[in-house]
Amino acid sequence: MKRLSPKLTQTLAYIFIITSTLIVILPILGVLFLIIKRGLPAINWEFLTQMPKMGMKAGGIFPAIVGTFYLIIGTLIFSLPLGVLAAIYLVEYARENIFTRIIKLSIVNLAGIPSIVYGLFGLGLFVIFLHFGTSILAGSLTLAIMSIPVVVTATKEALESVPNSFREVSLSLGATKWQTIRHAVLPYALPGIITGTILSLSRAAGETAPILFTVAAFYLPRLPRSIFDQVMALPYHLYVISTQVPNMPLKLSYGTALVLLGLVLFLNLWAVIIRTHFRKKKKW
Amino acid sequence: MVADSVKIKTEDLNIYFGNVQAVKNLNLEIFRNEILAIIGPANSGKTSFLRMLNRLNDLTPGFSYTGKIYLEGQEITAIPVEELRKRIGMVFALPVPLPVSVYDNIAYGPRMRGIRKKSQLDTIVESALKEAYLWDEVKDRLKDNAFLLSGGQQQRLCIARTLANQPEVILFDEPCSGLDPVSTAKVEETMLELKNKYTVVLVTNNTKQAARVSDRTAFFLMGELIEISSTSEIFTNPRDKRTEDYISGKFG
Repeated sequence: MKRLSPKLTQTLAYIFIITSTLIVILPILGVLFLIIKRGLPAINWEFLTQMPKMGMKAGGIFPAIVGTFYLIIGTLIFSLPLGVLAAIYLVEYARENIFTRIIKLSIVNLAGIPSIVYGLFGLGLFVIFLHFGTSILAGSLTLAIMSIPVVVTATKEALESVPNSFREVSLSLGATKWQTIRHAVLPYALPGIITGTILSLSRAAGETAPILFTVAAFYLPRLPRSIFDQVMALPYHLYVISTQVPNMPLKLSYGTALVLLGLVLFLNLWAVIIRTHFRKKKKW
Repeated sequence: MVADSVKIKTEDLNIYFGNVQAVKNLNLEIFRNEILAIIGPANSGKTSFLRMLNRLNDLTPGFSYTGKIYLEGQEITAIPVEELRKRIGMVFALPVPLPVSVYDNIAYGPRMRGIRKKSQLDTIVESALKEAYLWDEVKDRLKDNAFLLSGGQQQRLCIARTLANQPEVILFDEPCSGLDPVSTAKVEETMLELKNKYTVVLVTNNTKQAARVSDRTAFFLMGELIEISSTSEIFTNPRDKRTEDYISGKFG
């Protein structure tokens, strides 16, 4: 068989590459198109600001939006400090030995644990053992534990991307190790940390399994009053109205999905904006 | 030279990185207010020795050493490391300004030692920049990001930043390796002025630079101190064949 000419193989390769790329982005466009097309008619002021009515078949999804918002804040409060401090320890303090290698390996593996397992873990530890009950506290902690590996990984990468010469300069000027981290490393790692944290929050905001047993309410006709209250949350609400409520108007399901998607995309957009803003300012 | 003019002294210093020995059995004295140049080919242990003096080697994994180093007769390990690094400043091979303003770069060291008063910092910044011959060029740009300065200015900024700590010794680690000849000349001029107040140790790959600025020159090869003598002696009448070969460019 005669070999194909280099020119022809080049063209063929190009076609394959382009086609694959299109196939990759098609589902994303498809999902967006479908959700927007079917969900948009449901979106109005009442839908976004009112309580559900008539067994959730009418009215709004305000409590679910508020619930998800509380869970994002709760997750942030627990995951950011823990994740950032752990990453600082791993990058700046820990020496390379079996102990730290086990920690690093665990973090990688934690990120791969199915979210339903986190849900069960949260149920066992926070809801039952620590008597937090199904509550915002228990749900936030569960989501935080799920997010921490992502925050740690993002922070680690951000810290590692700060040139070592900054540390050496700071130390050579007589700064202590902590002063060096505080003044010559962290400020320049911050954009990466913020971006990674936002992305982990947007993932947490869309998760159903971890909140299933730890916080999410099937239906709650009032807003939560304390961190020990249950809340409705968008992903769980979507699951409930799509599977548990007979004769549910499809429009409302798609509307809920659109709100959730919009929230997640909004968070991701901020991550992108922060990243590009600081990348432009970065001079080293 | 009399004994009390010895600023830094090493005794049987051996430096290791893992299994590799970077410096072998080094006994060396550095005198007050001199410029000591250390020359030698790559991997001769010059920089390892320099980073030993302000204990920057401590940061390198696998580092270990034996022997003793004295600063003014006091063993350096007996001095708190932050104080040691304040007293022995360092200028690195490539200019490393922090990505903040010229002012904040210079004020970094003093601030870390707790000086917060604006008027005090202003004075420190101005005198440090003047000492590094940079004041006239940057006095209107103190708020500019230090990265906007030229390479040569950045390196003199780094010198000024070191001076702001009011050190006793300044270590230069190939400070002109990234600079053009004009900037190099300026940095060398600065060094010559500095020795009136400070003790200067200059590691350089550029033997001509050592000849131009230093009072004494030490030749390192494969971690060993081959020869140390006054610069004129080393360059006109080296005792060791290897020194002569290196200086005349036969290897390295």
